[in-house]
Order: sequence, then C-alpha cells, then structure tokens
Amino acid sequence: MFGAGGGTSAYREIEETDLIVLWGSNARETHPIFFHHLLKGKQDGARMFAIDPRRTSSVAWADVWMGLEVGSDVALANTIGREIIAAGLCNTAFVERATTGFEEYKAAVEIYTLEHGEKLTGVKAEDIRDLAHSYARADRAQICWTLGITEHHNAVDNVFAIINLSLLTGHVGRWGSGLVPLRGQNNVQGGGDMGAIPNKFVGGQDVEDPVLRAMFEKEYAGTIPDKKGWHLSQMFEAMEHGELKTVFVLGENPMQSEADAKRTRRLLEGLEHLVVQDIFLTKTAEVAHVVLPAAASWCESEGTVTSSERRVQRVRKALEPPGQAKDDIDILTALAKRLGRDWGAPTAADVWEEVRRLSPWHGGMSYGRLEQLNGLQWPCPTDDHPGSPTLHTRLWDEPVSGSRAPFQVVHHSPPVDLLSEEFPLRLTTGRRLESFNTGVMTGGYTSPLRHGERIELSPEDAERLHITAGEVVRIVSRRGSVEAQVKIDPGLRPGLTFMTLHFPDEVETNILTIDAVDPKSGTAEFKAAAVRVEKIVPVQAREPVGAGAAGGKP
Amino acid sequence: MPAPPEGNPDVDLHLIPGAVASIGEQDAIDAAIGSAPAARHLLLPALHAAQARVGWISPGALNHICTRLLVPPAEGFGVASFYAMFATKRRAPRTVHVCDDIACRIKGAEGLCRSLEQKFGAPGQDANGLNGAATWVRSPCLGLCEQAPAALVQRAGESRGDEAMAHVTLEDVVGAVETGDVRAAQQTIAPQTAEPRDSGLRLLRRVGKADPSSLDDYRAHGGYVALRKALALGPEGVLREVNDSKLLGRGGAAFPTGRKWEGVARNPARPHYLVCNADESEPGTFKDRVIMEEDPFALVEAMTIAGYATGCEQGYLYIRGEYPKATARLQHAITQTRARGWLGDNIMGEGVRFDIELRRGAGAYICGEETSLFNSLEGLRGEPRNKPPFPVNVGLFGKPTVVNNVETFANVLDVLAYGGPAFAASGTPGSAGTKLFCVSGCVTRPGLYEAPFGITLRDVIALAGGVADGRALKAVLLGGAAGVFVTPEELDMPLTFEGTRAANATLGSGVIMLFDDRVDLGDILIRIAAFFRDESCGQCVPCRIGTIRQEEALHRLVAARTKGAAAGARDVGLINDLALVMRDASICGLGQTAASAVQSALQKFPVLSPEAR
Amino acid sequence: MEAVPLNFVRAVDLKIDGKDVRVPEGTTLLQACKSVGIDTPTLCYLENLTPVNVCRVCVVEVENSRVLVPACSRVAEPGMVVQTDSERVRHSRKLVFELLGSSVDLSTAEPTFLADLERYAAEPDRFDTGDAHGHGAKATVKQPVKIDNDLYVRDYSKCVLCYKCVEACGTDAQNTFAIAVAGRGFNASIATEFDTPLPDSACVYCGNCIGVCPTGALMFKSEHDMREAGTWDESKQTVTDTICPYCGVGCTLQLHVQDNSIVRVTSPHDHDVTEGHLCIKGRFGWQFVQNR
Ligand SMILES: Cc1cc2nc3c(=O)[nH]c(=O)nc-3n(C[C@H](O)[C@H](O)[C@H](O)COP(=O)(O)O)c2cc1C
Ligand code: SF4
Ligand code: SF4
Ligand code: SF4
Ligand code: FES
Ligand code: FES
Repeated sequence: MFGAGGGTSAYREIEETDLIVLWGSNARETHPIFFHHLLKGKQDGARMFAIDPRRTSSVAWADVWMGLEVGSDVALANTIGREIIAAGLCNTAFVERATTGFEEYKAAVEIYTLEHGEKLTGVKAEDIRDLAHSYARADRAQICWTLGITEHHNAVDNVFAIINLSLLTGHVGRWGSGLVPLRGQNNVQGGGDMGAIPNKFVGGQDVEDPVLRAMFEKEYAGTIPDKKGWHLSQMFEAMEHGELKTVFVLGENPMQSEADAKRTRRLLEGLEHLVVQDIFLTKTAEVAHVVLPAAASWCESEGTVTSSERRVQRVRKALEPPGQAKDDIDILTALAKRLGRDWGAPTAADVWEEVRRLSPWHGGMSYGRLEQLNGLQWPCPTDDHPGSPTLHTRLWDEPVSGSRAPFQVVHHSPPVDLLSEEFPLRLTTGRRLESFNTGVMTGGYTSPLRHGERIELSPEDAERLHITAGEVVRIVSRRGSVEAQVKIDPGLRPGLTFMTLHFPDEVETNILTIDAVDPKSGTAEFKAAAVRVEKIVPVQAREPVGAGAAGGKP
Repeated sequence: MPAPPEGNPDVDLHLIPGAVASIGEQDAIDAAIGSAPAARHLLLPALHAAQARVGWISPGALNHICTRLLVPPAEGFGVASFYAMFATKRRAPRTVHVCDDIACRIKGAEGLCRSLEQKFGAPGQDANGLNGAATWVRSPCLGLCEQAPAALVQRAGESRGDEAMAHVTLEDVVGAVETGDVRAAQQTIAPQTAEPRDSGLRLLRRVGKADPSSLDDYRAHGGYVALRKALALGPEGVLREVNDSKLLGRGGAAFPTGRKWEGVARNPARPHYLVCNADESEPGTFKDRVIMEEDPFALVEAMTIAGYATGCEQGYLYIRGEYPKATARLQHAITQTRARGWLGDNIMGEGVRFDIELRRGAGAYICGEETSLFNSLEGLRGEPRNKPPFPVNVGLFGKPTVVNNVETFANVLDVLAYGGPAFAASGTPGSAGTKLFCVSGCVTRPGLYEAPFGITLRDVIALAGGVADGRALKAVLLGGAAGVFVTPEELDMPLTFEGTRAANATLGSGVIMLFDDRVDLGDILIRIAAFFRDESCGQCVPCRIGTIRQEEALHRLVAARTKGAAAGARDVGLINDLALVMRDASICGLGQTAASAVQSALQKFPVLSPEAR
Repeated sequence: MEAVPLNFVRAVDLKIDGKDVRVPEGTTLLQACKSVGIDTPTLCYLENLTPVNVCRVCVVEVENSRVLVPACSRVAEPGMVVQTDSERVRHSRKLVFELLGSSVDLSTAEPTFLADLERYAAEPDRFDTGDAHGHGAKATVKQPVKIDNDLYVRDYSKCVLCYKCVEACGTDAQNTFAIAVAGRGFNASIATEFDTPLPDSACVYCGNCIGVCPTGALMFKSEHDMREAGTWDESKQTVTDTICPYCGVGCTLQLHVQDNSIVRVTSPHDHDVTEGHLCIKGRFGWQFVQNR
C-alpha cells in the first residue's frame, strides 16, 4: 500500500480497535485464527460491519450486515467516501498533511450520493450512512478484506477505493487503525516480498529503477531486463499468442485453479515445454514434459514464510521427504548448474543471508532473532530494530516523512459476465473452513465437515426452479456446464448462488468462471460469473449417489 | 424500567439437525419470551414454558429457544440439564415429586417410596399401566416439612399447573400419579396465629388475619405505612434507620443488612439491581414460603423500600420452582400493586421508579447461594462465582446488587415502623428483632413459630408442645442440613447468632428438627450426605467428589455397625479428612458446610455403635 | 506506534511464607508466588484462559480468611499474609489430588500433574473399597471412549472437569460453543447438546479443546490409535516448530513426529499469533505429506 505491498496492522491491533469493517471476507472460515483476534476486539466492545453478498458465518457476528451486489464494492466505497465528505466528517488535518489528490477524489465521488449508492449496491442508504459516520467518527478503525475484494476484474480498483476511505479519515498508520488484507496462502506475502512478482526485486524494490537494477546486476553478475515481466494472466495471453512456449511451474496447479478451465487446459497442453516442480503429481504435472518432485517446504525443508501481518517466520524440517523428492533450493541450484551457473550448495540460511543483504526490509532479521522473537514484522532494517507491527506510522510524523499517500480516483465497473435472461443467476465462489483451494492438500484428511461440492441456492430460487435440497442440477455459464448437488442456504439472497473450487476432480467449478482479468493485478474474476441452473430430469440411478455424495472421503 | 443487558446477540449458531419444535412448544416458548430482543436471561423462563407444555425439554424445543435467544444449543442443554425440574429425556407429562428428605423420612417417606416403586416401577420411568401419562420421582425437601410427608404434582400441558400436597398417604400419592388430582392440599401452619393469637407476633402479625389476595386488606392491616415513611425519610434516612436497627441477614450468613445496602447505594456504577432470595431449599426450612403465601404484599412493599434506598429500579424475586402457591400469590400481589401505581414509574406519585419481576427456579438448592442465583437469572448454569468480587460491587449482570432473604426484607417493614434504634433494642444486643423458627420432625405441633432472639431452644420446643407421643428426645438438627446436631443436654442454648456460634452451632435458616429415640440417625446422615451429593453444582473438586465419597463412606460405616465400631475406623478417618478439604477448599457455602451436620453427629452421638440401630 | 504513556502501576507489598514480596497491583497470588520461586500446582489454570478456579489444587492460606483461597485467581492485596505450605494447604491439595485420582483415569495426564500427585503424597486408593456386601462402592467417571469422527476422540473417563476445553471452545478462543458442562454434581460432564455425536454438533474440529486438555481425555485419533496399538512412544518423538502450510495467517505449528510421521500437532500457548489455538486445517490437515 502506497509503495509497500503489505497490510498496515498487526493482528493484535484489531483487539484494541473500536470499529471493524470486514469487507468481502469470510474470515471465520478462511482465516480462523485471525478471526479469534477479531472476536477479542468485539468482546472488548468494538462495533462490526460486514460487507458481503452472502450472509456467511462471519457475517453472523456483525452488528450490521451490508449485503451488497456482487462486484459493487467500488460503488459502495465511493458512496461511503462521499457521505463522509458531505457530512463534514473528513479528517481534514490528516488529509492536508499526509495525502495528495483529495480534490480530484472529492470531485470524482460527488456523483455517489447515498441514493445512487443504494441503487448501485443494493445496500440500504441508511446502512451506508451508518457505516460512513461510524467509521469517520471512530477513534480507531480497521478495514479487513480477502478474496472477495481481490478476485474481481477490477481488484486493484477495489483496493484503492478502500484505501481512499482510510486516507479520508486518517485510519491508517496508528495502532488500532489500519488496512488488513488477509492473504489466501501461507506465503503469498513472502513470495511477493522475495521478488516472485513481475515488477519487484526482493524487498519491494522496483525492477524498473535503474539504480536498484544496477545493484542487483552487480550482485548477480549478469544483466536483468529493464522492463517488468508478465503476470499470470499476461502469461496465458502470451501463450495464446504463441509468444510463450516454455513454462516452469513451481508449486501451483493452474490446470485446476485458473478461471475458464477449458481454455487453461488448451493452452497448457499446447506448450512446447512444461516443467512442473511440485510435491504432488497435480493435474498440471500430469500434462508436463518434466516433473521435478519437491519436498514440502513447510515440514520437509528449512526457510521462512511471511504472513499477512508482514511477520517473517521460520519453517523447519520435521520429516524426511519421500522418495526422490528434493529440497526446492537443491533443485534450483542443480538446474542453474545445468544452465551454466555454479551456485555451489547453499543452505536455506545462506540464501537468507543474501536476502538480508539485498532487502532493506529484512536486514535486521537474523535466523537467531526470528527464532527468539517468534518472527519479526518488516520493515526491520537493522539488528537492533524491533520490527514494525504498524506500517506507515510516518504519515503521522510532523512533518510527514517520505512521500505523501495519494488518493486514487476509481469508478464503479460492474462484473464483466453480465446477467441476462439466459444466465440470470450470479455465481460467486469461495472457500470453506475445512478445505483449501483445489483440495490437493486438504483432500489428504477426512473431515466430518466436508460434504463434497454443492451449489448453494437461496430458498426463493430453489422454490422458483422447483429444486429441492440434495437434488443434482446442471449449472451452465457462457463457458460450459457442470453438475452438482444442491444445498439450500437461507443466507443467500435471491439471485445469488455459491460454489467452491475445492473439489475440481468431482465438479470443475472453474469451467463456469470467467477469466476476465484485472489488468493491474492479473487476478481473474472468480467472484462473479453469470449462470443458470437447470433441473435434470430425475434419473433414478443417480439420485442416491449425486455429484457430491462421494466427497466425504478422498 | 431499564432493560437488563441483552448479552452478545451475535453468534454463528449451529442447531440440532432435523429437530423442530411442535406448534404447541413454539407457542409456549414464544409467549414466555414475548417480543423481547434476544436476551440470554430469558432462558430459564423459556425452558419452564417448554417443560410445562410437554413435560420435557425436547431437542426441537431447545432449537427453538436457542434460535430465539441466540444461545448455543450446547449451552442451552448445559443449563436445562442443571435443574431437577427439567427433564432432558422424554418424561411423562405428569410427574409426582415425592419428598424422601429427612423430615418426611421420619414420617414414613421411605416406605411410601418403596410402595410406589412396587406399584409404578422405578422413579422417572413411565408409571406402570398409565400409558406414559405419568411418572413419579424422589425429591429433596419440598419446604413442607411441618406437614410431612409431602409431594408435588408437576403437570405439563394442563391448565392446572403444579400443586403441592401435604400429609400425604400412599393412597393420596397413587391417586395423584394416576389421575393428577390432589386430595391433600397443603395448608399454612403457624400455631401462634390460631386463636388465641400470640399478641407479640411481628413478622406473622397478618398471617391468618389479612386476605393475602387483597391489597386493600393489606393496607387495612398496616400495609404501606412503612413505604410512606421511607419516602418521607428519603434514601439516606432509610439507610440510617436500617443501619441503626442492626438488622442481620436471615438467609444464613447473618451479614449486616445496612452495610450491604449502603455499599450498593454508594456504588457509582449503574444500574443497581435488587434481588430477593426466595429460593428457600435448605432441608427443614419453610419460613419464607409462609410469608410469601400469607403476606405477599409485605414482601413487595419491603423490596420497594430497599430499591428506593439503594437506587435500584429493577428488582428480581427469585422463588424456588417447587412453590406453586407462593408463586401464584406473589404474582397476584405484584400485578395488583403495579395496577395501583405502587410499582412502576411513578410510585405513589413521588417520581420513584421501581418494579419487580418474578422468576422461578427449577429445582436446584445451590441457586439459593447468591452468586449462583445471579447466574441462574442470567440464563447461565447455577454455578457459584468466586468471591471476591462481592455482589455489592459485581452482582447481577455484573452490576452492584442488593440481595436479601425474604425474612430479612420482612423485617425491614418493622425497622421503619418502629425506627431503627427501637428495633435494635428488641431481641439481644448481638441479634436484634425476632426470628422465625421452622419446627418439624418428632414434635407435637410442627409449624412456623416467631420468637424474639434470645429464646432458648428448650422454650421453642415447649412452644411447639414438646416431643411428640411423649417419646424421649434423641437429637435436634439446628439450622438445616448445613447446620449441626445438638443433644438434649444443649437445649438451654439461647437462640441468637452469637449464642449458637459460641456453642459451635448455627441458626442457619431457623430450622429446628426433632428426632426422638426411635429415629436411626445413621439413616438421616446418609440422606443428608446424599442431599449434598445431589445438590452440588459439580464445579469444584472438593465438593463434587468429596460429597460422594462422604456418602459412600457413611454407607459403609452404617452397614458395618453390625460388625462393631472398630470396623469403620478407616472410614471415619476418611470422613474427617473429607470434612476438612470440603470446608477449606470448596468454592461456596454448600461444599463448605456439607460435612458440618455429619461431623457434629459423629462427634456427639454413638451413631456408629451397633446399638444405634 | 504512538508513544503510550506508561501507566503508573502501584506496588503491593505482602508476605508469602514469611518472605516480604513486592508485586505490581493486579498480580495474582500465583504470579506472586512464582516471582519468589514458589511452585504452586495448578490444573484448571492456563495463562491464555479466563481463570475458572474450580479445581482447587492451587489453594493457599491467607491470614484472616475463613477458608483457603485459590492462588490462580486471587489478586494480591497490600498486607496479605500468605502461607503456601501450611498443614491446611498441604491437606487440601493432597485431598484434591486424591479425590481426582480416585474417580478419574489419570494414566495420560500431563507429567507435571502426576509429579504433583507424588509431591503431595496423594493416595487415591484410600477411597477404593466398597465393603464386602457392596455397600458404599466407589463411584468413578468410567465410561466408554467416544469415537465418532476420524480426527479426535473423547475419553471422558479421563476428564477432571477442569472446564478448559469449554473455555477454549467458547469465549476464550474459538467461540463455537460446541461443548458445555451439562448435568450437575458428580454427574456433571462435558457434553454437546443432548450428547449428540460431534459430527451433528457445532464442532468445527479446531482441536483447541485438545490443545488445552491436561489429562488426555481429548486426544488426536492418531495418538489414540497408536496407544491402542502399543506403538505410541514419546521417547522416540521430536517436536519441530514450523508454520502452517495453509492460509496467510501464519500460525506456528509444533509437529510431533515419530518414525518420520506426524502424530500430533500443537501450537505454543505463549505465541501471540495463535495463543496455542489453530483451525482444522493447521491442526489436522497434515495427512497429505504422509499419503504420498
Ligand atoms: C448453598 C447455599 C444455599 C443458600 N440458600 C439460600 C436460600 O435459599 N435463601 C436465602 O435467603 N439465602 C440462601 N443462602 C445464603 C445466600 O447466599 C445469601 O447469603 C443470602 O441470600 C443473603 O441474604 P441476607 O443477607 O438477607 O441473609 C444460601 C447459601 C448457600 C451457600
Ligand atoms: S474441536 Fe474446536 S469446536 Fe470442536 S469442541 Fe473442540 S474447541 Fe470446540
Ligand atoms: S475434557 Fe479435558 S479439558 Fe475438558 S474438562 Fe475434561 S479434563 Fe478438562
Ligand atoms: S491454522 Fe488455520 S488459521 Fe492458522 S494458518 Fe493454518 S489455516 Fe490459517
Ligand atoms: S418437605 Fe420433606 S423434608 Fe422438607
Ligand atoms: S488452578 Fe486454581 S483453582 Fe484450579
């Protein structure tokens, strides 16, 4: 955020905040231990707003539920922003001192009146007003979000719209006030921090900055392209255009995790050379030319991961990897050697020392300190630095140190996959407590909570379509169709349906989703597809089995 | 009135799969909860409604209650299963509770229960031959010891509600099980109020004279003089009088009432709550029942004065679940008083706000302990809290709370009528005023007696006509099951707080239960031990396990009597060890006194000698 | 972070076992004892749970108090005179251990607990005998093990009713409220509503109850099965700290490994991310590295 890709607050802060806005996140199920901290805040008297199209188990804890239309988050944020300004509740002193672009923002949100906002989002104007006023008046307030914000074609806009609110009110950079994006995987944060994104070196350093690039070129004794690379969806674009013919996949399963699964399969299968390094023989690995079996990084090798609160923590080897599986570092150095670079045989600790040398965020994080202090939160530049639970405290310095935080003008843009007579229902996707992503890992244990893939329908839609719980139906989108058992969820509003991506081997939900991609982040719009649900003429033999009935056991 | 806090209305509830309440259950529960927002403290009333409708708390009913009140079902079940009057497995809609506790044992309750078992089968199971319409169960003391043996008919789905029976015969009970009809209704027995009336009566002065259902009659007999006086004095004035009166609490702990009231009145936290402890369940005790049945307006008036003096606008009257008659009369009195404008937002036109809500317990002695009473009112399990903090600081709903016994409140009217100093001058210097004594057991005229503090035990027994049937007195249980046994040699003990303490005894709740030479004390001790085992909330180890080990050891000792006393030396050692840990390390008064009667008996009587039987 | 002015904390002076002790206001007697090196047994107490003070093994004698007081929750007051090893204290602690030992299967209890039993010379067997005719036979909480799912088992024959699991499942951590204390007195037990099997209950299998259970009444199915098969061997186990492979919260997992297999997962109670608590994925989701 404003030049540092990480959440601004430590988990502990939510225990001491006064207002919690949980936006597009079912953290109760997807980030359960963060939700423990959130509930402590609630027990301590914090008020909670939940913004989610579905009435999830997280929403059940909220004081106010705002059930917005899928994909209307920017409209909602802008309406809140306009109301804060119109009501004279904007933190003018902070805005003037620490931000830029306020006037443009103010002009841009002018059209998002409460009435207009209600129309765009489906949220009652009085609730929007309540949130705007409560947020602006709170001593301390936090906004937390997950994939409900980022799995959209305008993901980055969504995030900007939320950041704008924090700038308007000064709810950032202070203990208890901040922005908390919850990462979906244990090292999404760390991967980015280590430079595994197209535009950054380790430590959030820009690849297009010549000075920095020179430093890295010197370090690595080679030349580095002066333009940032492709992100995931650009890679698929490039495959489509024949520009990308060789792909090396490490620890991902795009065959099942990408939207519009049919297209993904076609492109991956069309590659000249596909190398997959994974701990499983995934569906992607099955079509690879070379498979490199890897050790599980979290329990069969050494290293670090970084959590959603920017806490770098050690992972350690507890098990011997099976068969031929090798440590990621060993595989990569061996590969480098074949490609003509002898890196020797570095250990994880050696590699970490390189990180500390090159990243200003990590300089103070020796393995010893990480061990002793249960991890450290970046930035932690030097050995005597305590780490940084709260980011951007500089915005409160007098005068502001470093650059000011910019408002970003963004506008409402409804989901790409429009509803129509033919596809009248909105399908949104998400995760359940006991499962994870494509189920490759969670499929390993039997959970009494797991019931296989089911499409969840509102009671109203089910009744209209004469569909009963447990029935197997066909779900059709513009891209394909799947069959799944029906679960009726009174927490869904009419018109909204819900599925997960956890059981792709049974029900390939991503056949339905659209790969409309956010040009800024490369994330696909998993959260909003247009579908219709068809009754399948009852086939006697199929009834007791059902598409999801076998899902209890792997 | 300030509504009690709503508790946390947010939880992602998970209900019992597939369990749906019947329409009847839903209606009953909805009626009990009303349109109030989800509030945990309505859990007990809602459970009562479900129980009264079908005779048990069904999974469907629990689902409905939990949905309405946003209580997790596991917790709802934890609460329901805490109380003896609630069944959490299907139970016949009509249940006759037969007291087999000490006073009733003396009058043949054990034989009665054996006969019932022969006729109807084991307690709690559908009674033989009645197609699941009825059952019977054994019960601890029902507070009708002066009319022993006693029973209570609990009827579900009928408009007749619950009803107590007294002086029952086997036929009476069999009839009640078979048809639900009550042939031996309870009465009020206070011999001093029969003509010629004892002219010195204070607390009992209206008993048998004023119509307990008429507010006007209550006034005609001196009612509402005290409240007017209180309003004239102002809160400070009332606190002064109560302090001057040296009134000590009558609920068992003898704490100075004035100090308690002042503590709450001066506490800056708001709101303040007032609680009347009418859970009277100490075996042998029935004094509060008589006041509530015969002089209910007096309790309403006294609570109003207390609320006025201590800054409480909401009072709760928590009455034990087995007192249907007292409950009905009190509810009537509260409704009438409210209609008259003497409860509510503007009492007597003086701008004073105070109201009373009547809440029924559901069969748990421990809920008489003040902090478990709070938990019970709040919809939690009736488990005592650790003290400190004390209720004057952190009580009901975490707020400063006055909690007093019924008899304590009744005395407040006299304190105001006569003035604090005059009240203090009655009784003895250490124990001001009069005391109610619950006389039962082997005595000629069992009943409730009032006498000034200082009267000797011998004189109270004489008032009640002495030992029945001209038998010799073996022992007296003083103060209840949590009290002590005294010997015939100790009868000149003055009945005061200080006098009994000096004699290593206690007045407790005013129980005086006589045992003549025919009674087997061993049997009585086992019943007392069983009472504590049964009534322990189960929270702390010394009490939960100590009470059952005490009972087991007593069983062994009593069974060993035929083999000579020496056989039991080891068990006596165990019992003494248990007594110490229960007294020293239990959380609340129940565990702390669970060994007291047993210890006193073992020390003073040859209970264990072979000749004792 | 903003500079937070240090609150002025008053000191409290008291005497423990004859020694003068000074502690900050709000300190419990348990902490005060610890500060001067006095070791107090505890059972129902855990730093990250609200004290319920029900077990009473931690009682101490405070001058002018009629009864003993629980050190784990009683706050030190100025001028208190505390005895932690008086005859009364030793007697009560010993008896509490004996009462527990006489009714509960302590075979898998925490080692510290078993050591305390010895320290106070508890003889639970004292209560054993019924007489020859079965009069007064000893009641225990013995009952069949509840095995109703593949993740963890509940053996309430081992339950000391310390309330820790209820607290962890409830407001102190998980807020799922799948279990509560039901019944009363000696029959009180930890139960779901109507004792329904876990898969029908609200349980979300976070296993946070297992994490706090001091007796092994709540146990990983993996551990239970190995114990049944006689292959459980703690001397052959290693414990390695690592980070959960799932979501981005970053919970610390302690992997207990025997023969290159994970057999149980815990989290450190003093870690400020987890406070010892995990979700189903971190607690039980490790099978995939073993199914290969
Ligand atoms: C196990 C137990 C049961 C009790 N039962 C009653 C009761 O039924 N009625 C009562 O007034 N006090 C009862 N008490 C005493 C109360 O805790 C409390 O001291 C009393 O209500 C205070 O009122 P007072 O000051 O007017 O006596 C009981 C105490 C214990 C430990
Ligand atoms: S596993 Fe979690 S949800 Fe289940 S009972 Fe234990 S603490 Fe509660
Ligand atoms: S199951 Fe374990 S944690 Fe729960 S009360 Fe019993 S002993 Fe304590
Ligand atoms: S234990 Fe649960 S909350 Fe913690 S990191 Fe793992 S998946 Fe996330
Ligand atoms: S009513 Fe039976 S003993 Fe009191
Ligand atoms: S540890 Fe203090 S009472 Fe249990």
